[in-house]
Amino acid sequence: MSMLLDIRDLVVYRAGRPVLEIKRLSIEKGRVLAVAGPNGSGKTTLLLVLARILKPAGGKIQFDGQALENIPDLKYRRLIGLVMQDSLLLNCSVFDNVATGLRFRHIPKIEVTRRVGDWLERLGISHLRQRPASQLSGGEARRVALARAFALQPDLLLLDEPFSALDRSSRHKLQEDLKKILAGANITTIFSTHSETDVQKLADLKIELDGGKLEV
Amino acid sequence: MIFNNPDVWEITLLSIKVSGLATLISLLIGLPLGTILALSKFPGRSVLLTFVNTGMALPPVVVGLAVAMALWRSGPLGGLHLIYTPTAIVIAQVIISAPVVTGLSAAALQALDPRLRLQLLGLGASRLQMVFSIWREARLPLLAALMAGFGAVISEVGASMMVGGNIRHQTRVLTTAIVLETNIGDFASAIALGVLLLLITFLINFALTWIQQKGAKR
Repeated sequence: MSMLLDIRDLVVYRAGRPVLEIKRLSIEKGRVLAVAGPNGSGKTTLLLVLARILKPAGGKIQFDGQALENIPDLKYRRLIGLVMQDSLLLNCSVFDNVATGLRFRHIPKIEVTRRVGDWLERLGISHLRQRPASQLSGGEARRVALARAFALQPDLLLLDEPFSALDRSSRHKLQEDLKKILAGANITTIFSTHSETDVQKLADLKIELDGGKLEV
Repeated sequence: MIFNNPDVWEITLLSIKVSGLATLISLLIGLPLGTILALSKFPGRSVLLTFVNTGMALPPVVVGLAVAMALWRSGPLGGLHLIYTPTAIVIAQVIISAPVVTGLSAAALQALDPRLRLQLLGLGASRLQMVFSIWREARLPLLAALMAGFGAVISEVGASMMVGGNIRHQTRVLTTAIVLETNIGDFASAIALGVLLLLITFLINFALTWIQQKGAKR
């Protein structure tokens, strides 16, 4: 299996102090990597750097064999999908939320309809298609946020605490569904979590961040 | 009956045209500027925001004085021959309305969750697509900013009087006409014009509120 991401000597500063330091980290295509660690350990920072929303102070990141700095920002961000910790849905229908990223990419309407319908189905929320996002439960909103990212068919999927703030039953069901989807979709995925259960259920690999430093 | 008087319709139409144009220009200035103030960090941002917020409380008569001095024949812009024209009123009203639209737009956009911008970028939005998306997200308070901007100019009298001169068939608008009718003691006409002004303000705000609330139900 070939390498999708290769990180060397990554350093991220905030307010003049280092908040993330990673000597070396690689992930092969199709793998699911869990980033574990307590609050403030740098998990979200790592995901934002990999989404190219935060700029690192130093280090090299290779994406699919290319130095990240040689890929234009927008082009790279359209190769990935990011789901942040809170669902952060837009104030429109579930369908329009899931279609958002596809419309940013100017995907033809017929393809948007097909992909959105497909991912609503796969995440078990096709009955919510026309419902305003403001009327969804926490679990439903999380599924919509995931469908919105999966519909992009990203090369790299970044999930920030995908199961946080869900009740036990919703969490368990979403873990099972996500496990099936990830097994079938072959999308390289990095997710952050506090929970060992999440790691065991979903991840092929795990890294632990502590105080912004990678514990191998 | 005052409404049979063609002058009244001329005055009403000019009021709507002048204040509508001033509001539109204020929107074109205020929305991008409010967006920059809300989303960017740059040196002097707080000072600029303070100026904008102060501008929201600018007394129209002071604006009128400043614009009149600038456009007066001996003033720095006197060569443009704009004093006592509808254009002069539009300029003064833009100075009154633009800070209102800017300040309220900035506040509306700052009230959104800042992580939403990151999420939109993470979904592959270009900077422009991100900005349009957050404008759409804040459409209700942004429409309120537009209504406040229009309200500030359709109802002001001091600036219109000073830079327009209240000239019949040229620069007379509803507010200056009300002042004139009151000064000559024709209270019936002044009240009728006042009711007309209120009616126009109500109808325009009703239309904007309808659009706003239609958006809220989505």
